[in-house]
Amino acid sequence: MKHEWPLWEVFIRGQHGLNHRHVGSLHAPDAEMALKNARDVYTRRNEGVSIWVVEAAHITASSPSDKGPLYEPSESKVYRHPTFFDIPDEAGHM
Amino acid sequence: MTDQTALFEFLLRLGDNTLVLGHRVSEWCGHAPVLEEDIALANIALDLIGQTQMWLGLAGEVEGAGRSADDLAMLRDVWDFRNLLLVEQPNGDFGQTLMRQCLFDAFHVELLTDLTHAPDDRIAAIAAKALKEVTYHLDRSSETVIGLGDGTEESHRRMQTALDLLWPYVGEMFTADTVDDAMHTAGIGPDLTALRSRFDTRIDAILAEATLTKPDSIYAQSGGKTGFRHSEHLGHMLTQMQWLQRAYPGATW
Repeated sequence: MKHEWPLWEVFIRGQHGLNHRHVGSLHAPDAEMALKNARDVYTRRNEGVSIWVVEAAHITASSPSDKGPLYEPSESKVYRHPTFFDIPDEAGHM
Repeated sequence: MTDQTALFEFLLRLGDNTLVLGHRVSEWCGHAPVLEEDIALANIALDLIGQTQMWLGLAGEVEGAGRSADDLAMLRDVWDFRNLLLVEQPNGDFGQTLMRQCLFDAFHVELLTDLTHAPDDRIAAIAAKALKEVTYHLDRSSETVIGLGDGTEESHRRMQTALDLLWPYVGEMFTADTVDDAMHTAGIGPDLTALRSRFDTRIDAILAEATLTKPDSIYAQSGGKTGFRHSEHLGHMLTQMQWLQRAYPGATW
């Protein structure tokens, strides 16, 4: 029998209009309690207007050992950056 | 009893309930079974102490004898406290603490809801602010009571034991005396009979979901809110809570 509560990842939106950001993790028996725990652990200094929690087991993460094949190929592809266009002065700052 | 005296007593009851329960809950700080519960309990304790500052601050104002909220909290002895017997009961195990919390929160939410309509703006304002905090307290405590009641065989047994132990302290919340009557007549205090039926509706639903059995007894301990006879536990708690002001009078930081 497993006695540990599952781990939950917590995402908080600081203000309306911003994205939810990962702020940390915590343990809780279910999603409702995870939300309440997140409220108590991560928003006690008025940090947020919205909370998401997701069970950590449901997050599929890329493996650090795959760093080479996953990310290095894009390092040498400068043509993927739209930096070769001359922006007309009339367009202003983009 | 003049209206002013009754109002002072009434405000002491409100402030002493939150003070004593706040201190009790704070005793868990650093000892709760998991970190998340530890922080949650500390938050609840701090909410209650914050409410105490407002209630006892107003009580001191109404009394007009120059006593501050701190004076009232730290320099009175057991017989001057006006809290319910329920809130001074020891923490016991985690389940017992949460059962005590849930029983008080269910009463507290209804009481504060009524007080938000008080003709005295100061009372209505404090009640409105406190109600937001207490709504969350009830949300949390009721969900924990349900989770543990309808949990394992051991957690169910502990919650039923806690309920049986604490039930005799429920009646005092709804037993009206001269202070309650005077406050109700003044349009400030609630109708405790009506409050009881709203409390019962809430608690019955929570206990049913928690698969717990409400004790059949209507026997009610009394003597807390009148100050007539507190349980032995309050004195022990006050020696902890007040020792610094007693040992170093007027100490500040």
